[in-house]
Amino acid sequence: MEIKMHTRGLDFFYGDFQALYNISIDFGINRVTALIGPSGCGKSTYLRCLNRMNDLIPGIKVAGEVKLDDSEIYDPSLDVVTLRRRVGMVFQKPNPFPKSIFENIAYGLRVNGVKDKSKITQVVEKSLKQAAIWDEVKDRLNESALGLSGGQQQRLCIARALAVDPEVLLMDEPASALDPIATQKIEELITELSSKLTIIIVTHNMQQAARVSDRTAFFYMGKLIEVNDTDTLFTKPDLKQTEDYITGRFG
Amino acid sequence: MRRQDIDKGVQSVFLLVALFSITALSLIMVFLFLEGIPIFETVSVKDFVFGKYWYPTDEPADFGIMPLILGSVYVTLLAGMIAIPLGIMTAIYLAEIASPRVAEIVKPIVELLASMPSVVIGFFGMVVVAPFLQKLFDIPVGLNMFNASLMLAFMAVPTICSISEDAIFSVPTALKEASFALGATHNETIIRVIIPASLSGICTAVILGLSRAIGETMVVLMAAGGAAMLPTSIFDPVRPLPASIAAEMAEAPFGSEHYHALFAIGVVLFVFTFGFNLIADYISHKFRQVGEASL
Repeated sequence: MEIKMHTRGLDFFYGDFQALYNISIDFGINRVTALIGPSGCGKSTYLRCLNRMNDLIPGIKVAGEVKLDDSEIYDPSLDVVTLRRRVGMVFQKPNPFPKSIFENIAYGLRVNGVKDKSKITQVVEKSLKQAAIWDEVKDRLNESALGLSGGQQQRLCIARALAVDPEVLLMDEPASALDPIATQKIEELITELSSKLTIIIVTHNMQQAARVSDRTAFFYMGKLIEVNDTDTLFTKPDLKQTEDYITGRFG
Repeated sequence: MRRQDIDKGVQSVFLLVALFSITALSLIMVFLFLEGIPIFETVSVKDFVFGKYWYPTDEPADFGIMPLILGSVYVTLLAGMIAIPLGIMTAIYLAEIASPRVAEIVKPIVELLASMPSVVIGFFGMVVVAPFLQKLFDIPVGLNMFNASLMLAFMAVPTICSISEDAIFSVPTALKEASFALGATHNETIIRVIIPASLSGICTAVILGLSRAIGETMVVLMAAGGAAMLPTSIFDPVRPLPASIAAEMAEAPFGSEHYHALFAIGVVLFVFTFGFNLIADYISHKFRQVGEASL
């Protein structure tokens, strides 16, 4: 397996509170890795270490190694803006900007210095198609994104993330606020996107992890308990603790 | 049963109190219009509003309030040009850029400024700013439109700043994160996401700040110079609407034309501030931010 991104011995602190202990995971290129575990186990915190989103919180501390290709992303010389363009993110609740559908997608291009109008139009169309929402919105690109349904808003947010052509896509429980049909669409989308993108997805839903991911990592109380191929982890986990969690005996 | 009775009793008390204040306010309005309207037996509404000369005590008297209206409008506009950028930029600094510790100290100070009595600000304009302007620009009088505008801006900044700050601060974190996650810098996020998302709150802040400025009496009475003439430069003395009422009411004989004319000025002023408040209300409802996402 070719590695796109990895962490080695990652520790994370909110002030004096240690939220992550010594986490080491490899993320294969163009693979889907699912992070599972009960609420508060640190999986979202871990995800947010990967595009330095935690930087926005005052008083945090990170130790250990986080590498994208061969560059350490916590290196002071690294440009965090470039990092976030390369490592995109989709959030738990759909968070479109209060702008038009078109401008939502164009935003990432504009802040990254693209001025050419025909190029922007082209990328907007391509991204919306990639996120499987083009047919639903192509006649109302200039209407507010807030008029879309929750599921459409989330696919719009995925299209927005895709527009800046990221290499890795982080998804923080992207379907937890959606109904089953919208969830299914998002899952199909994840499978489709994984042919070109490295995807890391946090999910509460173990069936979802089993359906969409190639590898699964199980977190508990800030520690990585087990990481393995999804099929193996769900059928023959190495540890009793993992088995108890996936069979619903705790968590 | 008894608890329900108490509940009803409490509700009636609140209703009574509410009715009392609403009635009192309505009566003041009725009185304002009743006392103002008789002047229009002497001058037409058009001559009153657009007349260029305000000589209420001459024989025959001139009741044209255009110089007063323009005095108010110019002073308010100029104050706005000073106060709006200052207020909004301070708000952005406090809500987005300043460290929490700095914001914690500066915010109460800004709010304290809002509670400064207007007579103190007027006094400051008279004894400190006026001589300073006179020397700096080499002008005959320091009490003029510019001085009054500066002082009014000083009063409007806290209002504009603290309401804008609330609006900016309440922009959902999810929107900021979405912007950062796309590779936007903090500056780009402020300009392209945070300000547009809080625009209705900022507009409301501006209008409330300006409506405070246009209705303010003491500052313009003390610092604007008080000449009822059409201004030609920002260093001309002016006599805004509220200043005229305050300065002349004591000398206008009860029931005279002058007396009614002053009440009619009050009506015009009321129309201005009422208009400002309507616009503020409209904007804050029309462009209300629905939040991060409506599921």
